[in-house]
Formats: sequence, structure tokens, C-alpha cells
Amino acid sequence: MKWLALSIMCLFGAFLFYVEVDMPEYGDPEAAANLHVSPYYIHESFQETGTPNIVTAILADYRAYDTLGETIVIFTAGLACLLLLGRSKRDDSKVQGPHR
Amino acid sequence: MIAKYKDLIVSLACRLMAPFVFLFGLYVTMFGHYGPGGGFQGGTIMASGVILMRLSLGRQATIKKFPLEFGPIVGAIGLLIYAGTGLVSLLAGGEYLDYAYLPIPSTSGTERQYLGILFVEVGVALGVFGVLLSIFDSLTKE
Repeated sequence: MKWLALSIMCLFGAFLFYVEVDMPEYGDPEAAANLHVSPYYIHESFQETGTPNIVTAILADYRAYDTLGETIVIFTAGLACLLLLGRSKRDDSKVQGPHR
Repeated sequence: MIAKYKDLIVSLACRLMAPFVFLFGLYVTMFGHYGPGGGFQGGTIMASGVILMRLSLGRQATIKKFPLEFGPIVGAIGLLIYAGTGLVSLLAGGEYLDYAYLPIPSTSGTERQYLGILFVEVGVALGVFGVLLSIFDSLTKE
């Protein structure tokens, strides 16, 4: 099983190296990622949002739903921590079930 | 239980640094419009200020100013500010989280977008601050 996992990992690594050749060059203006919405954000974000920082404009305005989801995820993680770890010993002694 | 750190230099240095850590967290939150920063980073820095005080001054001393219920409540308030900003713009006739419809008098559309981003960033900062604080408190609970 260990050798199977190792060989799968090596195969996948070789595959990544093989595919990496076709990646667009770093900072290539003709790359697909730089042709879709990026020029629009760079040209219009300051006029539309009044915010010089394009990252903030995208994060909190154009992708506000995404950031709302992120905040909900973080809050849920905090609540989960509270529920899992937040019990003190005093609370444990109150609960008396047959399995304790 | 985190006791007070029994060293004058550490205790004094942390006591001196904590307000500036808070100030820097607020600055990073507010400066997100113009440079690197924003709600997530600013909230983390503010939470680290409280955690620094909890670690150096002991839990008994800091629990008066930042009680154990403080973290979850502030986190929920931050999330409510975020969602409420979206809801207000929805009720004012726009789409959800469309800040151009926020009912703020004597502002242009661009300024409303700017203020909407600011409200949202403050909400994110409070949310991250409260969540980090409550995680730390629940991890160090005796």
C-alpha cells in the first residue's frame, strides 16, 4: 500500500511537471486570466468604488458575497471551537448520564 | 489558568505595547482602502493585542476589561454589521450588498460605495477579532 501511494505520488508529480510547460508565462498580458475581467477592474474600479486599492475594491465590493461567506466560515469555526473546547469541568459534573 | 508573568520587564513592555498594537490594528483596518490591509488583517492584529495582555498580565487582570463572553458577542456583532449592510441596501431598493443604494444623505454613488466597503471591513475586523479571542479563550480555559 505504501508503494502504491508513493508511485501514485511520483506519477502525479511527473504529470504536473509535464503540464507545467503549457502554463502561460508569469505576467504574460495575453494569458487567459489577464484578458477576462482583470482589465475591467484595473480601468474601472476606482471610478466605480472610489477606492484606490483594487484588491480591497474586489474583495469587499465586486466579490462581497464571497467575503461574506468567508466571514461566516470563520465565525462558524469559532463557534465550533467554543462548543468543542468551551466546556469547563463544572459543566461536566452537572451532566450525569449512564455512560459516564 | 494563565497567571501573571513574574517579570517586571516583560510585564511593563507588554503593558506599554498593547495600546499600540490596538492602534495599529485599527490603522490596518481603516487603511485597507489605500494600501495593504483590511478587515481580516486588522482584526487579527487587534486580537493579538488582547492575547498579549492575557499572556503577560494574567487572566484575572484582563478578564474585567475583556470578559469571556466578549469574543463570541463581538464576533456576532461584526457578522451582523456585514450582513446588515447588505440588508439595508436590499431594503433601500438595490441588490443585496449593492452599496450604491445605501441610504446615507448627501453622498454621491461613489462615496456610498466607499463607505459601504468601510462598513463591511469594520464588520469583518470585529468578526475576526471576536472569533480569534474566543478560540484563544476556549483553548486556555481551565
